[in-house]
Amino acid sequence: MISLNSSVETWAHRWPAGLKLGSLCFATVILFSQNSVVFHSAVFGACIVLYLLPGKQFSKPGLQRLFALWPFIAIILVWHFLIGAKVEGLVVTLRLLSAVAIANLVTMTTKLSEMIEVIRWISTPLRRFGMNTRVLEVGIALVVRFTPVLIDKGGQLTQSWSARSHKKPSWKIVMPFTVLAIDDAEYVADAIKARGGL
Amino acid sequence: MERNLALIALFAALIAALGLIPKFTLGFGVPITAQSLGVMLCGTVLGSKRGALAVLLFLLLVALGLPLLAGGRGGLGVFVSPSAGFLIGFPIAAFVTGFIVEKWRAAPLGLVSGLGSVVGGVIVLYVFGVAGLAIVLGKSLPEAALLVIAFLPADFVKAILAGVITAALAKARPQSILSRA
Repeated sequence: MISLNSSVETWAHRWPAGLKLGSLCFATVILFSQNSVVFHSAVFGACIVLYLLPGKQFSKPGLQRLFALWPFIAIILVWHFLIGAKVEGLVVTLRLLSAVAIANLVTMTTKLSEMIEVIRWISTPLRRFGMNTRVLEVGIALVVRFTPVLIDKGGQLTQSWSARSHKKPSWKIVMPFTVLAIDDAEYVADAIKARGGL
Repeated sequence: MERNLALIALFAALIAALGLIPKFTLGFGVPITAQSLGVMLCGTVLGSKRGALAVLLFLLLVALGLPLLAGGRGGLGVFVSPSAGFLIGFPIAAFVTGFIVEKWRAAPLGLVSGLGSVVGGVIVLYVFGVAGLAIVLGKSLPEAALLVIAFLPADFVKAILAGVITAALAKARPQSILSRA
């Protein structure tokens, strides 16, 4: 399964994942505590520079994800313009864009395996108390493995529907889709037990 | 333990798949995405705890950077975006839905699942969604509620469908309805 991590190597790819996640939390707190339009303009400008520095192959998908927020941006700006609070509208817009930009930057520069390592580290206290955290790791692996399988089966169901009806697929395919997921879960449970269990 | 894990993981994958297959239509041609229907089914089929765990596992993978949300969205950015409240509300919605189905055994499963989905999958979810929207956009709760009110009818229909689908699943795979085990 393809993650949203960028294949373009940047300086940020070399930072530890835990440090990036901690910095993201800190940055989000600072962003929501400040109301100055100058501050937020500077932060957003710095975010755009960080996206542009590694080149077009990195910046294009990153900026596309920011652009997807345009309906909310339009509502915020029009609303605040109409109530005569243009500066406040600008602050809200820039804060939102900066928060999403920084968070997406962490996602794009951190591999899935590094994120899972952070989860494993965070769950260390639970292992000390005797909890089996391997269950979480197996669960993650199962979802990553079976999401494309279920998407494929869902696609086949919609094709089967289209082959039998001129109408577009309706909600009725959700029931057989769920049955497929349940049947796969039973097979997977048997396979895990056959391999020694959890 | 293995069966519980497999069902939780496969329902998490089902939520993802329901957001990524092509949209389907309601009877009157309105296209809808089925991802929130997947959340409701987690509660009605798996019950409160397992349903919530399936949704939490799904959200963990979204946070880890997988494009599992409808439209191929994912990553940490969605948790600071206007839809963050809805994402936080997803596992709570599944828990409340499953709790109602588990406790209310006097009525037929389809009816209880539908009503449970209305309470959990719509009312509770929208409380969190509207609150999140208000915080991120700097608006009051009524103002934020106005922004999402147009989506309520489709979500009420999804809740009813969750009841119908759960009742059908109980006939097709009765042993898989863990909420009534």
